Amino acid sequence: MALYSDKVMDHFRNPRNVGVIEDADGVGEVGNAKCGDIMKMYLKIDDDIITDVKFETFGCGSAIASSSMATELIKGKPVSEAMTLTNKAVAEALDGLPDYKMHCSVLAEEAIQNALEDYYTKNPDQRPQQTEK
Amino acid sequence: MKIYADNAATTRMSRTAIDAMLPYLDEIYGNPSSLYAEGQRAKEVIEAARKDIAQIINADPREIIFTSGGSEADNQAILSAAAIGQKAGKRHIISTAIEHHAVLHTLNKLEKLGFEITLLPVHENGIVRIDELKAAIREDTCLVTVMFANNEIGTIQPIKEIGEICRARKVLFHTDAVQAVGHVPVDVAAYHIDLLSASAHKFHGAKGVGFLYAKKGIRLSSLIEGGAQERGRRAGTENVAGISAMAAALKEAVSNMETSAARLTAIRSRLIEGLSEIPHSALNGDREKRLPSNVSFCFEGIEGEALLLLLDDKGIAASSGSACTSGSLDPSHVLLAIGRVHDVAHGSLRLTLGEETTDEEVEYIIQEVKDVVQYLRSFSPVWRDLNSGKIQHIL
Repeated sequence: MALYSDKVMDHFRNPRNVGVIEDADGVGEVGNAKCGDIMKMYLKIDDDIITDVKFETFGCGSAIASSSMATELIKGKPVSEAMTLTNKAVAEALDGLPDYKMHCSVLAEEAIQNALEDYYTKNPDQRPQQTEK
Repeated sequence: MKIYADNAATTRMSRTAIDAMLPYLDEIYGNPSSLYAEGQRAKEVIEAARKDIAQIINADPREIIFTSGGSEADNQAILSAAAIGQKAGKRHIISTAIEHHAVLHTLNKLEKLGFEITLLPVHENGIVRIDELKAAIREDTCLVTVMFANNEIGTIQPIKEIGEICRARKVLFHTDAVQAVGHVPVDVAAYHIDLLSASAHKFHGAKGVGFLYAKKGIRLSSLIEGGAQERGRRAGTENVAGISAMAAALKEAVSNMETSAARLTAIRSRLIEGLSEIPHSALNGDREKRLPSNVSFCFEGIEGEALLLLLDDKGIAASSGSACTSGSLDPSHVLLAIGRVHDVAHGSLRLTLGEETTDEEVEYIIQEVKDVVQYLRSFSPVWRDLNSGKIQHIL
């Protein structure tokens, strides 16, 4: 049995949305080189829609594949939808990850959250009102 | 192109070894402990193998016992020496920071049982310093265990000097020679080695078989209790076919050693030279005092597993000390021991060549590694930060 699913290998070999957005509206970076994974997400947001997304990743095959899949899952989607993207959804879309690689999908989720947080920090008026719990 | 560059992980069995193995899986299937002719024929091949192996490492046949491989031999050697030390009230063991886990984990076990363990550093070149060994030996030191050659970075330790010191200080000396036997000259008498571990599949024998050399007079403790095989030191029906193949493989490896080592050293140099052209890369371990087949590098700004997967797509089978390939969070303890920081140790690549590796394959490897490293760096945020000066280059 192969280490990774065909989907993981596809996204690893042909990563989607690789690169940098120079005038990004939100940038998020998570992980650290000491642990062997760093993910950086760049978002372009227009009228509450994620119109473009790019990533850069230092990491293993599943980290690269998770970043790639996460960008696909949020591209063209409303911000509110990207906010709720979970690591599980990323892993499932990749037809699963080995247990000890699940943290790669967590990094993808966190990178997007960080980039959105950066966007709201720069555009406080866009931040949704706190809903009562 | 399909290139196997992971000969430190395992080797392909040689035709000679397979031929030496087959009869004992087929018509000569008797149990060596049986009295009748079929059993005795199996017994004969084991004893002939013992004699051949002993001769190659300059030991007496009675000093060789067959095991399931290098790990078992390491465990038995260390636990036996510890038991001998314990009886004499000596509970201090010296080893190195770069040993194989078969040694390190056995030492951890002994530490929990009250032994004190000193791990010698290896410094940037991956080699222990004799003065530091001398200083570490105490009145209660019962064992020094230092690997002959390292499995990750290929560095060869000053085994003869270590052996001389241990002999003079009356301390048992064990060496894990799994990567060395069949590849570089090993002489237990000349190097004053008391205990030595070896594994057949590292020199074109079969997996699941190895041997332990224990100098006459050293009482071995059994790890496996049962029958009286191996003169009561290792129970269980012998792996007759594997033992026969191991002796054949070792004889062949040793007879080709000189020409093979010379050729491998030459292509190793070319590979090191070619990979050194990659900016911000570094060879791991001493450039000269290393196994003829071993090339180990670190590349800044990339992660090893991604590198291995893409090389696999190009037909190159290699390995890495990256955490991601081992399922743990920490990169290789060997790379950390030679001073590679975590960030850099994650981007490691080990290529271990074989007798069949061609010059053309080496050129192909150089080109593909260059391309893949450049590609992975093209979207690495770490590489971007290194290039923009946000973080400092280490290599």
